Amino acid sequence: MSINLLALIGAMLTIATPLVWAGIGELITERSGVLNLSIEGTMYLGAFIGFLAAARSGSPWVGLLAAVVSGVVAGALMAFFVVTLGLNQHVSGLGLTLLLIAICEFTFRLLYAGDRPTLDDKFTVLFRGTEVLAQHWLTYVGFLVLAPVTWWVLRSTGLGMRLHAVGESFEAADVAGISVTATRYVALMVGSALMAIGGAFLTLAVLGSFTLDIVSGRGWVCIALVIFARWRVWPAVLGALIFAGMDALQLQLAITSAFDAVPGELMLALPYLAVIAALAIGGRTVRYPGSYLKAYRRA
Amino acid sequence: MTGGATDTVARPLLELTGITKRYGDLLANDDVSLRVAPGEVVAMLGENGAGKSTLMKVVYGLVRPDAGTVAVDGRPLDISSPKDAMGAGIGMVTQEFSLVETMTVTDNVALSGTGLGRVDRAETRRRVVEAMERVGVSLDPDRLVGSLSIGERQRVEIVKALFHDCRVVILDEPTAVLTPQDVRALFETVRRLRAAGLGILVVSHKLREVAEISDRVVVLRRGRLVGDRVTATVRDEELAALMMGGSTDEVAAATATPAGEPSELEAAVGMGDPEPVQPAGAGPTTGEPVLLLTGLTVSRGGRDVLSGIDLTVRAGEIVGLAGVSGNGQTELVEVLSGTLPVTSGTLEVDGQDVTSADVGRRLAAGLGRLTEDRRGSVVPQMSVEYNLVLEDLPAYTKRGLLDRKAVRAHAEAMIERFDIRARPADAVATLSGGNMQKVLLARALARRPRVLVVAQPTRGLDIGAYRYVHQQLDELRTEGAGVLLVSEDLDELRALSDRVVVLFRGEVVGEMPVAEASPDRLGVLMAGGGSS
Amino acid sequence: MKFVLRGHEPRWLAPVAVLVAVLVTLALTAVPIRLAGAAPLAAYERYLVTPLTSTHGLHEVLLTATPLLFTGIAVAIAFRAGYWNIGAEGQFLLGAIGTTWVGTTFTDLPAPVALPLGFLAGAAGGLLWAVVPAWLKRRAGIDEVVTTLLLNPVALLVVQGLLNGPWRNSSSGFTDSDRLGSGFDLPALIPDSRVHWGFGVAVVVIVVTGVVLARTATGVRIKAAGQAPRAAEFSGVDVGRLQWRCALVSGAIAGLGGASQVMGVQHQLTAGISDGYGYTGVIVATLGGLSAIGVVLVALLLGDISVGAQNVSLVLQVPAQLGAMFSALLLLAVLSAMSWRRYRLQWRPRPRSGGSR
Repeated sequence: MSINLLALIGAMLTIATPLVWAGIGELITERSGVLNLSIEGTMYLGAFIGFLAAARSGSPWVGLLAAVVSGVVAGALMAFFVVTLGLNQHVSGLGLTLLLIAICEFTFRLLYAGDRPTLDDKFTVLFRGTEVLAQHWLTYVGFLVLAPVTWWVLRSTGLGMRLHAVGESFEAADVAGISVTATRYVALMVGSALMAIGGAFLTLAVLGSFTLDIVSGRGWVCIALVIFARWRVWPAVLGALIFAGMDALQLQLAITSAFDAVPGELMLALPYLAVIAALAIGGRTVRYPGSYLKAYRRA
Repeated sequence: MTGGATDTVARPLLELTGITKRYGDLLANDDVSLRVAPGEVVAMLGENGAGKSTLMKVVYGLVRPDAGTVAVDGRPLDISSPKDAMGAGIGMVTQEFSLVETMTVTDNVALSGTGLGRVDRAETRRRVVEAMERVGVSLDPDRLVGSLSIGERQRVEIVKALFHDCRVVILDEPTAVLTPQDVRALFETVRRLRAAGLGILVVSHKLREVAEISDRVVVLRRGRLVGDRVTATVRDEELAALMMGGSTDEVAAATATPAGEPSELEAAVGMGDPEPVQPAGAGPTTGEPVLLLTGLTVSRGGRDVLSGIDLTVRAGEIVGLAGVSGNGQTELVEVLSGTLPVTSGTLEVDGQDVTSADVGRRLAAGLGRLTEDRRGSVVPQMSVEYNLVLEDLPAYTKRGLLDRKAVRAHAEAMIERFDIRARPADAVATLSGGNMQKVLLARALARRPRVLVVAQPTRGLDIGAYRYVHQQLDELRTEGAGVLLVSEDLDELRALSDRVVVLFRGEVVGEMPVAEASPDRLGVLMAGGGSS
Repeated sequence: MKFVLRGHEPRWLAPVAVLVAVLVTLALTAVPIRLAGAAPLAAYERYLVTPLTSTHGLHEVLLTATPLLFTGIAVAIAFRAGYWNIGAEGQFLLGAIGTTWVGTTFTDLPAPVALPLGFLAGAAGGLLWAVVPAWLKRRAGIDEVVTTLLLNPVALLVVQGLLNGPWRNSSSGFTDSDRLGSGFDLPALIPDSRVHWGFGVAVVVIVVTGVVLARTATGVRIKAAGQAPRAAEFSGVDVGRLQWRCALVSGAIAGLGGASQVMGVQHQLTAGISDGYGYTGVIVATLGGLSAIGVVLVALLLGDISVGAQNVSLVLQVPAQLGAMFSALLLLAVLSAMSWRRYRLQWRPRPRSGGSR
């Protein structure tokens, strides 16, 4: 029995980072009443564009900036479909995910045709040599800046109130002079930018390269986390940590052959199963935002 | 106090000039001009569909008029959103409250006009409490709006208008959903607003309330402003006549009351001489009961919305159900229709116990239904022909497959018989209100029901369709079926019913032959005067 | 100039909207084709036309379309009833697992028993995966979009867990299952081609579904439940029960797709058994207007493009992902065009409220 607890915590924080960024992004869009199923594709886009720009420019900072821009564009596209055109949110989101992944894979194949390129310069780890604190700056910012700031903005600012009003009752928001369209556009663009950062973290900080299965369902995990957290910031962060802890644990167990009998897949499936169980137990008391999945049209 | 604003020489706070709005063939507002002075309460009267809602939406920037201007303090405004209206000093309290249930009272009041940055909740809360005190409203500013009663929510809306320094407050059908106590509190608030120099426009179709609260009354009818009177000196009968088009108009004929009968106006007024009306039916019937409710009780959300209802409808009679909206009529229709479960008591259709039967078995037992929610009774994108057979699909199935020829033939027959202006394959969504009602009537009557439950059958219909529906109900009775007619239109009830039953707070508080159902007596019962 | 709602929609509008969407999609895909250094027109020809010009190409199109026929019609049934099953991917995988289980357990069964059993096990697997979200929806009113979606990655993890653990290939040690018993091999539907009887089963399922949807009382009720649940309830349709049943049928059909892919193509379970067929099924169903005939046409179109894309990637060095790009773009373009068709452009400047009458 040789589980290294400090290493486990360190790995947990790293694995949780993209989930925190993208999860908070999804939380913001869902607070505005839009279930953004394009999250998987947007994370993928962020990971790929971030990698591509970093590879071409030689700087991970340029990569990150490019990822943010790509996320904003993806969010604007999603907003165009579900806000401007009022299309079905889940079909559009799924369609956009498939489109973005196809575009990235196409471009990747076109440019690198089978190679496995790596970045010359990726983000380095801070406090190298320590057990737990050796993390990327995006991890620190994610936990120590993004999460508290988002929590504060949602709770204590006019922006947060607008988001709340639009997500719960767009009629009331409209009458109060809050533009449902503008609010949802902003929420989707900002949220998608955060998702793209979550994706870019994987290529620019963790791997330093791009692979076709880079995101592999992390977007869906984020959707699970947001609902599990009932659209609150800190429970979502906590959920990300629990999931990441499971993931880190199963990785360690996989190395420790004594625990071969515990399938790691089961632990990876836990966040999804936990959400479904929470929904089943919470039942009707799980209150979705009032205007969830609905498009707004003035009567 | 009522005479306070007869003189409108004072510069009007709110001035509408020549507002016109057309929807297709319908002229919803036709050159409407109106002024409200500071410290004046103006009531706008009109029946459902007279164009009041459209006018309010124009003032509040939700609808663009085709012509006309809205001015506040003599300055013409370009209002294209509620925000513009509020910015110009117009506050609106609508029937459906514009509140976010998961937010506190304070946040809801302050929502509009809040910037993007940090919200100073302590300061906002203080100002909200201050605004509440100004109009004598006491509410916990930290409570979630979702936990407030309807009356309390309305007060939040009024505080909201005040908080944003509105100088004109528009109340759209403010009493429609209130308890009598809430109504009293509301009127007190309105008086305080007036005393503070605000201009108030109350939109209503209830004459009695208008008389109590307003200084001046304007009457809207079919999109036109047809009268402008000082409340203190106008007679209710005159207002009713203006509202309904007077005795010279086609309305009098359409309502099918015996000619020269003054009861029509009284009914609208809700008062008048207790002069008996000639019974429209053939007098007391002795047919067998086709609808029998015994001790019917229905709970919704933990309280009884209907309690211990005993009611019989016999073959060959029309029983009218009167009551102020919100006293259990909607629930009664739903429970009969089979979309709301019975809590206790029994329900029989033509001798069969259908208390816990599903819709299909109720229809098979001989029940027909025509509810006020027309749009909720049809599948809009589906064709007329399939909507017509939706409740009777097995009858059009041969060896497992739909007999499309039979469906088409049935539709053509119904279109012919009920004079529906549509082709069988047209989507119902493309039909006018009157034609949609005919489709529903055709569907309800096609299976020759033993008893028909109808609610507000003529609401929003034009005169032609109005007459047609009445004629059909009358024929149904002649053919020996029973009809339970739920209506808020006392004229309609008195013109068609043999007996009238009054519902108040979910209980039957009175039952009488139509000859004894004077508007006065009904009015007393409907207001709860007979319950204790 | 602004968009206003149309009162009446002319008959020609929907086809024109689709045509415009197709043209837009073609125009947009020209960009990546140019970037790949190929000529768009030549590429279009290879994508869309070439597979249809040879017998072999046609066979490949039918083969590629087969799983999409299953998932497409599965999604269409559920969507029609207003049940947003986006879990066809997971249901497909569970179907594959069910079939693999019987195929590797009862290896000696003869084909006449093995094949029906294989399909049955596939349907049961898909149904099993559809039960939980459908039950949660029916019993507790829990939104099915999220639950069906989240069970997809779980299904993939189940497949991976089985292949890494108990089902690891006993001879090669790779993460593929053992081969199914030979009785479970679906025979060729067209001689000397890879087109197997799974295609035949798909066609039968679609014809039956199409008849039920378009020609029976149940079909009318499903349509009513999906388009106007309140009105359907009012008319005596038990919307909850109907959606529950459609959800289960949908899952079972998606499971049949998994069975067909295992018995007809792979003959074993692999982690890549589903190439996103469940997700593409949403595209197929939506583009096909949730009708049986539409599903067939779109599945064949996407099959055609997919085969063409493989071809083009070999001949013109344009990556095969262009096929996926094309189908996703087509979906979004058609949906956009169809939503726009409800509006018309009004050129006349709107009257200012300050205007006089």
